[in-house]
Amino acid sequence: MGALHRAEWGRIVASLIRTTRDFELAEEAAQEAFAEALAAWAERGVPREPRAWILTTARRRAIDRIRRRERSREHEAELAVIAELARSVVASPDDAREAGGDEGADAGAAALDDDRLRLVFTCCHPALAPEAQVALTLRTLLGLETEEIARAFLVPTATMAQRLVRAKAKIREARIPYEVPPPERLAERLEGVLHALYLVFNEGYAATRGEALVRQELCAEAIRLARLVVELLPERHEPIALLALMLLVDARRPARLGEDGELVLLEEQDRSRWDRALADEGRALAVRALRARPLHPYAVQAAIAAVHADAARAEATDWAQIEKLYDVLRELAPSPIVELNAAVASAFVRGAAHALARVEEIESSGALEGNHLVAATRADLLWRLERREEAARAYREALASVGTAPERRFLERRLRACEGAEDEERARREGARERC
Amino acid sequence: MEYLVLIYEPEAAWENMPEPQKKAELAEYMGLGAAFPDRVRGGHGLKPTRTATTVRVREGKVMTTDGPFAETREQLGGYYVIEAKDLDAAIEVAAKIPAARRGSIEIRPVMTY
Repeated sequence: MGALHRAEWGRIVASLIRTTRDFELAEEAAQEAFAEALAAWAERGVPREPRAWILTTARRRAIDRIRRRERSREHEAELAVIAELARSVVASPDDAREAGGDEGADAGAAALDDDRLRLVFTCCHPALAPEAQVALTLRTLLGLETEEIARAFLVPTATMAQRLVRAKAKIREARIPYEVPPPERLAERLEGVLHALYLVFNEGYAATRGEALVRQELCAEAIRLARLVVELLPERHEPIALLALMLLVDARRPARLGEDGELVLLEEQDRSRWDRALADEGRALAVRALRARPLHPYAVQAAIAAVHADAARAEATDWAQIEKLYDVLRELAPSPIVELNAAVASAFVRGAAHALARVEEIESSGALEGNHLVAATRADLLWRLERREEAARAYREALASVGTAPERRFLERRLRACEGAEDEERARREGARERC
Repeated sequence: MEYLVLIYEPEAAWENMPEPQKKAELAEYMGLGAAFPDRVRGGHGLKPTRTATTVRVREGKVMTTDGPFAETREQLGGYYVIEAKDLDAAIEVAAKIPAARRGSIEIRPVMTY
């Protein structure tokens, strides 16, 4: 039942929203239908077309809910909605078994896919705040409970509930259309959708606050959604690029935390724990995405992740290739974070001193103020250059703005190592002075 | 559905604009109705905020002050009333407003009672 819920929730809600244009109504009707299915099928067994059964039941529940509402100015419109819902409802849920047949099921499936695509674009409309886009997508497309989403983003359930209520209200009151954007706007709007998914994945992979560095469930949900978009928009290459990136990065997840829950750097990860199947799938998709034009930044990022995945050991990493890919990315999608990552890669090709100069330039531009990664990167380079005192100062800076506990502990360990080395150095100098 | 489209930009930009550019932009503003005949219902350019007066009534007292409601970096310079089937249709109109290239356009659904 859980599997059916996960698989069908989005389709059913999307179909109801198309007819009723009411997110709340659609979700409540769907919820009721699933509950009814649970009870009825326990007694009478699972029908041959479970999806059709639930959809039909949900449409009936929607009709009931509309009828129960008080007469409003929208009454005429509501009657039209009821008529539309009723047209698609057959005499009894069991009839859906016969009425469908295989052909009916396929035609139905295609229509439901269209509805889901409409829903994706609606949830990710630019008129909604990014956090609202993310929350709404997870709730309406994947059927995640409000509480689950709240926990994943580390906000109180009431806050997340409010966020969802306000997003749906905005859709209704500003009349955000429920449709797939026209061809001339599809690419631009698709960017918004992919960005929302990217946010979900990023939050899951490198949580910005809290105890766990990696929140598995968010990565899985992001990948699920990315797969869905790839499936629903087979002519577009951009979703393929994003999915490739997600799979290749997610493949590393099993090695990212040590047994003690501690952060393990890429160069120290036990690569035998990487998910090879996922990496292979990701690599194949990356190859496809890299052939497409215009070249998408996600495709280049996927390529970088693929180069890492190809290295059996950290020492075997083709850093020269990675540096070249970053050069492409710096042209295609320049940003301070890309500059930072490019600098890190350059350290392996041109040495830590060269990289340090670039990092210091990024810092003086002020672009990444308050972001612990710059200070942490500088600290790491100073550490490699054995400039322990300066490294210690940089680690302290990074600690001031670090967000997650595993990252904090890692920085603290490095800081202690620096200070330990400092003490040793000092002791040696003093000992030498005394002897003189 | 009816939307109010509010046009915000730094007033100085308009005031200091060279005449030819002003004429060209004015033509664009006037022409928006022709570009979207079924959507634009009306609109006006507003005189600068130095001509504005703000009225508040507190505890029965009418208080009148010189100037706009709030001192901001961008000022309300004009508005359109449009009829559009959904937000995207409204955004299409807003994007064609000359001030959108320098300032901000706010789209607000009109309340129905």
